[in-house]
Amino acid sequence: MDTLLLSRIQFGLTTAFHIIFPTLTIGMGLFLVVVEALWLKTKDELYYRMYRFWVKIFAIHFAVGVVTGITLEFEFGTNFAVFSQRVANVLAPLLAYEGMTAFFLEAGFLGIMLFGWKRVPPVLHFLATCLVALGATFSAFWIMAANSWMQAPAGFEIKDGIFMLTSLKKAIFNPAFPTHITHMLLASYETTAFVVAGISAYYLLKNQHTLFYRRSLGLALIMAAIVAPIQVVVGDLKGLAVAELQPAKLAAMEAHWETNVEKGAEFIAFAIPDSENERNLYEITVPNMLSLLITHSLNGQIKGLKEFPKEDRPNVLVTFWTFRIMVGIGFLFFVLMLWAGHLWWRRRLFDSPMFLKALVVVQPFGFAATILGWVTAEMGRQPWLVYGVFRTSEGASPIAPGNVVWSLIMFGLFFGVIGASYFYYTIQTLQKGPEFDSPIPHVQRLADLQSADK
Amino acid sequence: MFLINLWMCLVGVVVILYVILDGFTLGVGILFPFAKDEKQRDVMMDTIGPVWDANQTWIVFGGGALFATFPKIYTVLFSALYIPLFTFLFGLIFRGVAFEFRSKSSHTKAWNRAFFGGSIVAAFAQGLTLGAYISGIKVVNGYFAGGAFDWLTPFNIMVGLALIAGYALLGAAYLIIKTTGEVQARAYLQAKASVWAVAAFMLIVSIWTPFVAPDIMKRWWSPPRAYFEWLFPLTGAIGFIMMLRSIKAKREMMPFASCLVMFFAAYLGLQSGIYPYAVLPDLTIFDAASQRETQIITLIGALCILPFVLGYTIYSYWVFRGKVAEDEAGYH
Ligand code: HDD
Ligand code: HEM
Ligand code: HEM
Repeated sequence: MDTLLLSRIQFGLTTAFHIIFPTLTIGMGLFLVVVEALWLKTKDELYYRMYRFWVKIFAIHFAVGVVTGITLEFEFGTNFAVFSQRVANVLAPLLAYEGMTAFFLEAGFLGIMLFGWKRVPPVLHFLATCLVALGATFSAFWIMAANSWMQAPAGFEIKDGIFMLTSLKKAIFNPAFPTHITHMLLASYETTAFVVAGISAYYLLKNQHTLFYRRSLGLALIMAAIVAPIQVVVGDLKGLAVAELQPAKLAAMEAHWETNVEKGAEFIAFAIPDSENERNLYEITVPNMLSLLITHSLNGQIKGLKEFPKEDRPNVLVTFWTFRIMVGIGFLFFVLMLWAGHLWWRRRLFDSPMFLKALVVVQPFGFAATILGWVTAEMGRQPWLVYGVFRTSEGASPIAPGNVVWSLIMFGLFFGVIGASYFYYTIQTLQKGPEFDSPIPHVQRLADLQSADK
Repeated sequence: MFLINLWMCLVGVVVILYVILDGFTLGVGILFPFAKDEKQRDVMMDTIGPVWDANQTWIVFGGGALFATFPKIYTVLFSALYIPLFTFLFGLIFRGVAFEFRSKSSHTKAWNRAFFGGSIVAAFAQGLTLGAYISGIKVVNGYFAGGAFDWLTPFNIMVGLALIAGYALLGAAYLIIKTTGEVQARAYLQAKASVWAVAAFMLIVSIWTPFVAPDIMKRWWSPPRAYFEWLFPLTGAIGFIMMLRSIKAKREMMPFASCLVMFFAAYLGLQSGIYPYAVLPDLTIFDAASQRETQIITLIGALCILPFVLGYTIYSYWVFRGKVAEDEAGYH
């Protein structure tokens, strides 16, 4: 195997591992802001206990998110030196800005958020929580700007093979950016909401700390009910953006081989794409549906994969299926929220074991959809590193493959250990459950406090 | 010209800030096994718990800033030093998760080891990197063109060991400020032992450097540098003496301040021999710089944002000022 292939495998694995953690810290950041605001407003001690409990889950994710994130920043230079050198003028300022505006903010106030309870007054603590959440959002902003620029490059010109910046604003707000960032932020909120809901539902089924988990579940469901429908709409908009900006990717996502001429393009619900022979096996299709989704007319024309030379097509099997599963999860979440609405209407939201069990089952699905969505976006971008202008095959570092074999093995081992420990300690923390006995630090004691009912 | 020089200074400042801030954090990790019991280890952890992440962020920003302003340095160094840099990273990874997992777990011993191991490996690998930077890197057409193990030389290994001693010194000096009683008493002894080690290493490095990088020596001895170059060893020696005396007098802030003097002297002395080169032996900062517009845009951001960053960093240290008491252990 060559340096390039190994580097791609390594980059894909390390980002996929990394993204699990920011997804939760972005969403949980917002969740904690809401919980702390409620604590300050209602003076209900239960909210304070909620904060102290969920922040532990937040902290574990944050720690792993930070250490895995540094990996990615290193990999640009270590594994993709040629790419990094050529695009640095445009791409690197975004990463530098991410460091300045996002990472410092998060890291600077995390200490106060976790350890500051005895040392700063309530309002300042709340401010620290808000700033950490804001930092996580900024981080998403910059990194999504960088990635969407690679999907739909803008604001640059190429001189002697080097990318020269012509407009930073155009580079950041490139055509792919709006849907990219929105979809990712919503994915974070949605994933977090279903994680909190799933955990709460599990303990409600076991009848532990009922009041505490009901409150948590309630908040999580409000968050999920707002986000789930919006995500479906934004996902649709994103599909339109892809159709316009990256037609080969769209065709691969839909396993659409032939450009439809007279009739509308059919939507393929199930198929095994066969790239060798440029066709699909075992198709189940819905006539005209794809044209309707993408062009909003029954017979709109959509470019098929055969219009693109073979060497310009992404891997159809992977792109098609990862996309299908993500969308499936998106609709599943939406349907669950319809069910929740129905239960809420009949005032049985917390009492239906079936519903609670369903929430427990779907708890990890958000992470799955996030990773699959990324695989769709990144594998669908191939064979381009910067879409349409810079091929992946030109980007690797001039280093011996042995280096990468070594680091790949180390990552496998270490991420295995860290992943297993992360899992183990998260479950241990959850099993210990919320704490009600530790005294509230004196500076945090609000006037007319309402004590928590266990 | 001016812009490129300014950026070189800025990147230099970020690097030395990182070295000092994460240096003492790594140093506490290196001294970790010497604590007598878990209680003392808790205290040591708590002295850095609220600040280590912010300290480490300086290297993340340093990397980003280097990438944006001197992409050639970034890509050449990172491909040439693939193995030391990933080793550094693996050290940071274990050090970082140990903070969280240790406090949540019943396997305290294992995470103690991860914390110590991560810290010392990270320090050593940084030293390897520094050594390789001094020794020079083979570059053809702006890309790295050497072998995978070019960095594995006795000189670089020696610099790695030197950095471990240096960080142990910083860590001990920091513990003197933040702790009391037995932990502090031990930190004084550790500071004394490591300052002698550091002095010895500095001497060896100064003598050895001309052999691995003759150009540095040439620059040191040619005017105008020759007129002021002797200031750096002199300042270093003053720092060393200040250190010994403040340890003897059991002062609390002075040892750390003396440490800073020693580190700055060594750092500036070295940089003055390398300027205007970015990657020895022949890539200058002017060859390595990015597009002017990129440097300007990044500079505007840095000038507007970094003052705030420094402000709230200082605020955070102020919030957590004072000694760590044994009964105040953690947020858990
Ligand atoms: C949508 C969000 C998102 C995405 C797609 C990524 N990250 Fe990330 N990253 C975050 C959101 C985030 C975060 C939420 O902001 C983290 C998690 C914990 C933290 O401190 O920041 C973070 C941590 C983090 C760190 C450590 C920062 C520190 O030390 O404080 C680095 C260097 C990166 N990331 C870099 C990357 C790179 C190079 C990525 C892609 C190639 C990437 N991240 C994908
Ligand atoms: C965090 C979620 C992400 C995941 C799961 C992910 C996944 C992947 C995968 C699977 C590949 C390999 C594609 C292939 O070789 O066929 C890849 C490549 C790559 N991605 Fe991502 N990616 C993520 C985020 C990003 C972001 C935010 C950036 C840019 C800032 C980025 C930049 C790259 C680069 C430079 C490569 C290597 C070259 C290439 O193969 O295109 N990725 N990613
Ligand atoms: C019905 C619902 C959904 C639709 C129609 C949809 C659609 C899309 C589309 C078209 C892409 C573009 C790929 C590209 O840019 O190449 C994408 C990417 C992505 N999706 Fe979804 N999606 C849906 C639900 C979800 C859900 C529920 C999640 C996670 C909780 C999710 C997470 C992601 C992520 C992380 C990406 C990659 C990042 C990005 O491109 O913004 N999606 N989605």
